[in-house]
Amino acid sequence: MHPHEHEHADQSQSGESPGYYEIMETAVRELLIERRLIDAGEIRRQIEVLDSRTPALGAKVVARAWVDPAFRGRLLADGRAACEELGISFYDDTRLIVLENTDAVHNLIVCTLCSCYPRPVLGLPPDWYKLKPYRARAVREPRAVLAEFGTVIPDNIEIRVSDSTAQVRYLVLPKRPEDTEALDETQLAALVTRDAMIGVVPVTL
Amino acid sequence: MNPNSVTGIVPALHRTPLFAAGDLIRVAARFPIGHYRVPNYVRGKMGTIEQVIEPRAVNNEEEGFGRNAGSSRHYYRIAIPLTSLWPDYAGPTQDGLRIEVFETWLEGA
Repeated sequence: MHPHEHEHADQSQSGESPGYYEIMETAVRELLIERRLIDAGEIRRQIEVLDSRTPALGAKVVARAWVDPAFRGRLLADGRAACEELGISFYDDTRLIVLENTDAVHNLIVCTLCSCYPRPVLGLPPDWYKLKPYRARAVREPRAVLAEFGTVIPDNIEIRVSDSTAQVRYLVLPKRPEDTEALDETQLAALVTRDAMIGVVPVTL
Repeated sequence: MNPNSVTGIVPALHRTPLFAAGDLIRVAARFPIGHYRVPNYVRGKMGTIEQVIEPRAVNNEEEGFGRNAGSSRHYYRIAIPLTSLWPDYAGPTQDGLRIEVFETWLEGA
């Protein structure tokens, strides 16, 4: 599969008649099958691959990084290799850069061109991530966007917006909340939300 | 460098990165028609190389037209201050963008 997913989220899925892009997708799919370039089983298999990816995988990666400093080091050095270490395979040629939030830097991810997203570790992106207002504003006024998610970042903390446009995907490693020393890895993973790994909210107890 | 390394080896063109972390660059201000991964808002902007992305990748502009052999080069993770992108940016001056750009779009600055 081509690493650059083409999604057209602006198209409503709810109408009775299929939209322009839906018709185009059906036409291309039927042509590819008719010409025996791919078969229906391959499409079904890829849907299974995507369905097996959820934010729980990313949460597991984050919790491991919080409790295991050596793993955290490997994750920041090569995100893909560290995820693969946990059995999270990548099904395309994308790389993964893990961005660590600290007391000095807050990271936010976006794909201004379309909807590039760390799907191997988070599954499908939320609808708002694919819509033009988020895509345009995340790089134009990230602090205002974050405030709308209830996240107010003090001016002394640098905002770093990573625009995912080609073969690199990003995952935010959120800060571990205070007073979580007593929690084990599984309990920590349960605190980590999809939105925290996109960078729009912190992880809270 | 390994003291046992041989010397005098000339690497093939485009196999080794043209830029290194810390280099000042400008994203080319080109506006060709077709499939490109460089958003308009960074074209013509000055930035700094933060990281060379390994391994090399096929040139997506060729790949988009079905040509995907023999034209791999590096992507670079580059840093551009938001105040450079948007002259009226209201936030702190340290806020920044990071974006990966293919070598063919970068010029030394």
